[in-house]
Amino acid sequence: MESQLALKPLLAIVVSLVATALIVLSGRRPNLREGWTLAAAAVKFILVFSMLPDVVGGRYPAITLLDISPGVALALRVDPLGLSFALSASFLWILTSIYSIGYMRSLDEHQQTRYFASFALCLSSTIGIAFAANLLTFLIFYEVLTIATYPLVIHKGTVEAIAAGRKYLVYLLSGGVVLLLAVAWTQSITGSLEFRPGGILPPTGEVKNLSLLLWLFAVGLGVKAGIMPLHGWLPSAMVAPTPVSALLHAVAVVKAGVFGLARVTGFVFGPELLQQLGATHVLALLAAATILLASLLAMAQDNLKRRLAYSTVGHLSYIVLGILLIAPDAWRGGIFHIVTHAAMKITLFFCAGAIYAKTHRENISELDGIASQMPITLSAFALASVGLAGIPPLGGFLSKWFLAKGTVAAGEPILLAVLIISGLLNAGYFFPIVGRAFFKRSSEFKKFDEASPYMLAPLVITAVFSLMLGLFPDGFFRLYWLANETTVGVLGVR
Amino acid sequence: MNHLPILIPAALLFAAFLIPLAGLWRKNLASAVALTGSGLAAACSMTGLWVVLSEAKLRYRLGGWPQPIGIEYVLDPLAAFVVTVVTFLGFLSLIYFRLSIQHEVPDRFVTAHALALLLLAGLSGMIVTGDLFNLFVFLEIASLSAYALVAIGDQRAPVAAFRYLILGSLGGSFYVLGVGFLYFATGSLNMADVAQRLPAIYDSRAVAAAATLIAVAMALKMGLFPLHLWLPDAYSYAPSAVGGLIPPVMTKVAGYVLIRIFLDVFQPPYLKNHLPIISIIAWLACAGIIFGSIMAIAQNDLRRMLAYSSVSQIAYVGLGLGMAHPLGLVGALLHILNHAFMKGCLFFVAGAIRYRTGWVEISRLKGLGRKMPWTLAAFTVAALSMIGVPPAAGFFSKWYLLIGAIEIGNGWFVAAILLSSLLNAAYFFRVLENVYGDASSNEKEKSQAVDPPLSMLAPILILAGGILALGLLNFVIVAQVLMPIAENFYRG
Repeated sequence: MESQLALKPLLAIVVSLVATALIVLSGRRPNLREGWTLAAAAVKFILVFSMLPDVVGGRYPAITLLDISPGVALALRVDPLGLSFALSASFLWILTSIYSIGYMRSLDEHQQTRYFASFALCLSSTIGIAFAANLLTFLIFYEVLTIATYPLVIHKGTVEAIAAGRKYLVYLLSGGVVLLLAVAWTQSITGSLEFRPGGILPPTGEVKNLSLLLWLFAVGLGVKAGIMPLHGWLPSAMVAPTPVSALLHAVAVVKAGVFGLARVTGFVFGPELLQQLGATHVLALLAAATILLASLLAMAQDNLKRRLAYSTVGHLSYIVLGILLIAPDAWRGGIFHIVTHAAMKITLFFCAGAIYAKTHRENISELDGIASQMPITLSAFALASVGLAGIPPLGGFLSKWFLAKGTVAAGEPILLAVLIISGLLNAGYFFPIVGRAFFKRSSEFKKFDEASPYMLAPLVITAVFSLMLGLFPDGFFRLYWLANETTVGVLGVR
Repeated sequence: MNHLPILIPAALLFAAFLIPLAGLWRKNLASAVALTGSGLAAACSMTGLWVVLSEAKLRYRLGGWPQPIGIEYVLDPLAAFVVTVVTFLGFLSLIYFRLSIQHEVPDRFVTAHALALLLLAGLSGMIVTGDLFNLFVFLEIASLSAYALVAIGDQRAPVAAFRYLILGSLGGSFYVLGVGFLYFATGSLNMADVAQRLPAIYDSRAVAAAATLIAVAMALKMGLFPLHLWLPDAYSYAPSAVGGLIPPVMTKVAGYVLIRIFLDVFQPPYLKNHLPIISIIAWLACAGIIFGSIMAIAQNDLRRMLAYSSVSQIAYVGLGLGMAHPLGLVGALLHILNHAFMKGCLFFVAGAIRYRTGWVEISRLKGLGRKMPWTLAAFTVAALSMIGVPPAAGFFSKWYLLIGAIEIGNGWFVAAILLSSLLNAAYFFRVLENVYGDASSNEKEKSQAVDPPLSMLAPILILAGGILALGLLNFVIVAQVLMPIAENFYRG
């Protein structure tokens, strides 16, 4: 796999940085300001997508920017794992931007310039995380993402929002500090922080200390990845506007955490070292516990977004579990789930936002019969929920299928049971919503009155995308192929 | 070229003497002379840094008297680095001085300018001198100017200045006593010469006494916990413009003296085998990092918060020195540069807020972010850098200190460095929440708040931009300047 010098990874990051500045300067002209967002999103996606042929052909675009520490440079490299994350983030940003315009204008929200500017900065950081070639570059973008998402969390400016913002910072900055320690320690051990498939840490070494290092990484990254008990910030962060919850807290920030875990386990530690360490067993149990607990907690929530938040926590641990099992199918399933879950969950959040924008209702108990008013929205919701429960033919089934095969291959039937039970619980907390929306009659929802087309179109597109990912996993952006290539690269096995 | 070491303090001293004369004629002329003098000094410093990095040290003998009788001024990479930081910050401060001093203490306008230049002269003299007693002379010049600068502030300033004077004089006296012991033991006052003669008498009690006295003296001047008691009041009540002059640089020069004397004169073998004084400094610094941050969280006055934050930040320099590891020293030196920029920017912003609104309580800063966007954007950059968010400069000093602490295997140091990031976040985000939150109901008070005039805004923006640039380009500084310095000291 040769790396060729290329500007595209850098441009993909820079385009939304430039947009951030332009958005701030166009604050007085909303249409121009929104135009910058859409233009940047389109350009970014085109740049990322244009690198797909190269990566498929085994040529990984790379660029080293400048030395930033002895032996470490600020460097970017586009490999299958990074590209799949970047593709999902940039594609979904286009849709989220259109959705945001509809949402913000329907509700006549305040501080829209700050909102759109922060969003652009967040996407820069996300692509930076995806393309980081070493741990230090990764850490830099990871921390910038924390800071860039803060203004979005506290957007509403209410007491509740500010409190949620504080909780957000406490959790994420603490995780960041632990991650810093882990990265600095790695630098001290190996003198290099490059991501290399199969790992850079010495397989023989003080095994005791390397277990501690793995735990530090797990805690540092586990905050964003929502591993219990570090997940507490996510439900509170639902106070943010729904497009924020949709893209950032279902696709960008949380996936940055699990992406980081994939990088650390596959490209810093490597499968052989992990098997020697045995710490992965305990972490896998934590992930399994998170899956079950989060699903149970989801059932107890009446607030729709909070239910979605706990569902996200559970699904993130599907990915974590897959990564920790060191079996090829588990990795395939886990990495593919990064993308399939993103598509399905963002659909659900888009629906929740459309419902709120139209009816100002946030709680599930108030949504009986709403399908009479918003049938398209609720159909999309139904489709995505079916996928999240793991029912074919949506993408969610496919990733779960591989995860299940992986648990069997790794010899962990208990984890298989966890996956199955969790699927049932998913159905248990999603299907009633759909059922009550369609089959209960209500006097309040009679006329057909969907949300604005700016919001409706994206949610339909993501719902259909979720379906397409299941029917043609390689049909769009070769996302399945990318997941498979990553597995092969890391585990060396087909 | 060999004159460069003496030109820096000389230009500043000369300008300092000219200012009262110029001020008698026309007030603005005083400002012009000050800017010329400090600008010249900054230019000489940067030239000097350039020269010593490519060639050897620059030495100047006062009056042509040979070693070890005469007083020698030396520019080596370490001195050139620190004096460049000091004179550059000094120059920016003097740009800022004009409007800020005019607003807060108009009847002392000329005096303040003269004192500022005297302070800079003293500080730069301390840095370039190669003679232990000459260092004391410059130390006193700098200190007395600092006491006076603090004293011309607001109502509570004279008392704060008096306390600073008492404690500072104590420090100065300890230093000269320590130098006396060294002279007694070695017969020389020239740093290089003493460094050569000391190894033979490492075991002597006089040398141990000298080391301890000098360490205590400089720790006091640095504001190292627990000898920091003069700092919070002095920084809070001094005129705002002085906040860009004293906090960013004065304590750092004391830190430099500590580094110079212990690593160059006493040298690492002494510290390792005979008197582990800098280990004690490291542990006190560890405590100081946490103490300063916790106290900062409790403050309502913005400047007092920044003062306690400075106690915490200067302790990083002490910690880096005390680690006795090249990367620790690199972190300490990088932090001298980074913190000068960050704290300078923060104090300048505090001064700008005071200039426009008349107060600096944190609770009254609500909604200022929209009224003074550029100023508070710079504040945000500096605050994020202090917290240690990459790629701002502050992250990198912590990075090197952290790796150094990991390599020497000290978990307490690691914990202190990491915990301080979180504590910094606590007190800075409290300010940011207010600043970017909704405005308070007191709209009439806010109506005058806009960004300050250019002569105040320019230094703020230059420093904020510098913070980002220094972060991204930190490796250039580390590889070209700091690693060679550190390796030089820890060789063998």
